[in-house]
Amino acid sequence: MADTQTVTATAATAAATAAERDRAVRPQIDNPILRIEDLSLWYGEKKALNEISLEIPEKQITAFIGPSGCGKSTLLRCINRLNDLIDGVRIEGDIRFEDGSIFDPRLDINALRKRIGMVFQKSNPFPKSIYENVAYGCRIQGINKKRDLDEIVEKSLKSAALWDEVKDRLDESALGMSGGQQQRLCIARAIAVEPEVILLDEPCSALDPIATARIEELMQDLKTQYTQVIVTHNMQQASRVSDLTAFLYLGKLIEYGPTEKIFINPMKKQTEDYITGRFG
Amino acid sequence: MSVASHSLSGALAGRASRTGTLFGRSPGRTEAMGKALTWLCGGALAFNLLLVIAILTLLAVNGLSYFWQRDLVELDLKDGRKVLGEIWEVEQAAKVKATATQGPEAAIDRIRMKIGNRDVSGLDFVWLDAKDVAARSRPAGVVMLERLEWGNFYGTMAELRRGGRVLASGPEAVWKAFGPLHEQKLRELAKIHDLEKGGIGDVNYEIERLRLAEKKLDLQKLPAAERSRRKAVLDAGLAERQAAYDKLASRLTALRERFSAETLVMRTADGQTKEMAVGTVLQALRPNAMGTLSKLRVYVGRVGELVSQDPRESNTEGGIFPAIFGTVMMVFLMSFAVAPLGVLAALYLREYARQGFLVRLVRIAVNNLAGVPSIVFGMFGLGFFVYLLGGSIDRLFFPESLPAPTFGTGGILWAALTLALLTVPVVIVAAEEGLAAVPRIVREGSLALGATKFETIRRVVVPAAAPGILTGMILAMARAAGEVAPLMIVGMVKLAPALPLDGKPPFLHLERKFMHLGFHIYDVGFQSPNVEATTPLVFATALLLIVVVTLMNLVAISLRNHLRRKYAGSAV
Repeated sequence: MADTQTVTATAATAAATAAERDRAVRPQIDNPILRIEDLSLWYGEKKALNEISLEIPEKQITAFIGPSGCGKSTLLRCINRLNDLIDGVRIEGDIRFEDGSIFDPRLDINALRKRIGMVFQKSNPFPKSIYENVAYGCRIQGINKKRDLDEIVEKSLKSAALWDEVKDRLDESALGMSGGQQQRLCIARAIAVEPEVILLDEPCSALDPIATARIEELMQDLKTQYTQVIVTHNMQQASRVSDLTAFLYLGKLIEYGPTEKIFINPMKKQTEDYITGRFG
Repeated sequence: MSVASHSLSGALAGRASRTGTLFGRSPGRTEAMGKALTWLCGGALAFNLLLVIAILTLLAVNGLSYFWQRDLVELDLKDGRKVLGEIWEVEQAAKVKATATQGPEAAIDRIRMKIGNRDVSGLDFVWLDAKDVAARSRPAGVVMLERLEWGNFYGTMAELRRGGRVLASGPEAVWKAFGPLHEQKLRELAKIHDLEKGGIGDVNYEIERLRLAEKKLDLQKLPAAERSRRKAVLDAGLAERQAAYDKLASRLTALRERFSAETLVMRTADGQTKEMAVGTVLQALRPNAMGTLSKLRVYVGRVGELVSQDPRESNTEGGIFPAIFGTVMMVFLMSFAVAPLGVLAALYLREYARQGFLVRLVRIAVNNLAGVPSIVFGMFGLGFFVYLLGGSIDRLFFPESLPAPTFGTGGILWAALTLALLTVPVVIVAAEEGLAAVPRIVREGSLALGATKFETIRRVVVPAAAPGILTGMILAMARAAGEVAPLMIVGMVKLAPALPLDGKPPFLHLERKFMHLGFHIYDVGFQSPNVEATTPLVFATALLLIVVVTLMNLVAISLRNHLRRKYAGSAV
């Protein structure tokens, strides 16, 4: 509790003044890998994100929670610029990754996505073999040597705790696997290209509790190497896996801080109402 | 407890008054209508199935019975004539006519008989009234001859001659002597064919090539010395080939002479005699003395001949191999042309083009293109491919053979391209549907791994859409294989002198005209000099067309299923 006190010292003073009641509660982050600065996003006329600023620490798990439509998935998809694909999206503000803006027109967007991997809400293996699914990212990068690929595939599947289940059927279609296995395959596929950040967009929403537990376990194992950002509907999950939690509501960041603090002693009324299940 | 159950039953009773009791309720009006609709739908399906089965049965019965050797029947007519032949049909003459002439109960049978001997009697078929027949018999010694010319001959063997000398006489003796001699003659016939198609054909081809080279030389601007030097080389080659040709031609004449040395004298049922060279007989049978097994062997042989031999006698006899080959090859060429064209267009429409009014307009236009009558595509093919493209190619690359066109006339390439245009809407529509069915989340998965849009389309979207694209290809091939009208003006012919694929370089002769099963059906059925005799052949050819189309579709379907299994796991 003592260390969280120091981290949120500025937040506590901010909340104290009535004039700053509307501003989000934010902790001080020492080693941010991603800095989101005053980010706003419009879908056509509709404003989906409203001046969000937060910093994501390296090699920790950050969770975005909030009711449906609060913009948490949109925010996540801004980080690897996947929102670019949607017509009529307009973005203001900035996201800094390694001291550069990801919206810099000179930036190689494919190189960015290689370094910021993503796992989706619904498992989305390619209609290829298990092996080819994991090797896909490497092939895109021009790694085609069989020996290198074999090594990468094995290492990635082991990291995703899937190797023992599939090592005898690597050449079979990935679509024949169970839902949980498919989702772990997608994680293996993401870590095969050795990204620095992994974005997880409600990765367990379609899985049963046992498969969910395995993914959560896996996330803890991956923490030593990767920065992870997870969007989840499930507050228990957020409290179990994440180090930091951000609560978003109607496109605004309401409160951001160490997970224990958010769940045990939230600063804001809205956060408390959501956590205790009074709405959402 | 009792109160609760009471109130529940009370509630149920209340509902029952509105909707009927829950159990043991008599069928209501909506249920009866539902049942009627089910029967209606089932009936419609059954009717469709029945139609398909009826078509196939009609084709199979009429087509397949053609190859079965019937017994030969000799009819003694009341006026003293004798008729020998195969009975093809017995039908009741129209009743109206019968009552008008002979009273109410005189419905008479009429017999349609194939009597062959076109060179003697002029007609293959006769109609006879059953009441005119005094006696029927099936003499064992009568012979049926399948001949190179003039169709079948029915009669008895009288004599076998070589020059003026009689080798054998009397039906049995001639039959015995005929067998070995006939085999030898067939071998000689094969030799003559080899010489004509092989040796002489090759020399002719060379001579033609040299002649064209000489014409080309005339068109080129060369120094006089160089020109005369080259011309001398060509002339020497030409003279050499000409000598080779003369030698081969004299050998052919000798072979021909020996081939027609022996003659067979046949006697018809009414006593006329006909002398013919033994070699012109393809097959001699005594149907009445044959068992079922040997008839079956003849049957299989005839079916084999149909699918493997060239046609004879202006397509009324012999096989239809060139038509099968032409159909299959044309469809394959069409597929090679339409697959990239359709898939690329669909990719642009679905993946790259900004979805809006213009794309919607293009899509409507493409769909409507599928409804344009096929003959219009034929006209376009003639105007654009044959005259414009083909004419330009001729002027640029084959000026030496002008004014005789090379590509500037109908050919298998132009036919295939015309049909590719005709079927491209089908492929575009199916491919677009296949592409649209690839989930957005799968594309995003690829992009999120750092793949570019092009890599995503090439490595994920197109493979996933491949089964859908192949479905479009199957539909296109089925349509193309059955299309006849546009082909009649862009390269399909009644009788093609050579296959579009053979052993002479450049092996694939895309400029050649070709034969087609669909047109063959029309030609044999309606344009042939002997329509009556060839009607069953029309059915057999139609059956074969269906078989060919089905086989090609099966190949494509199995390919599609293979892809589905490969990409979709064991689930599908």
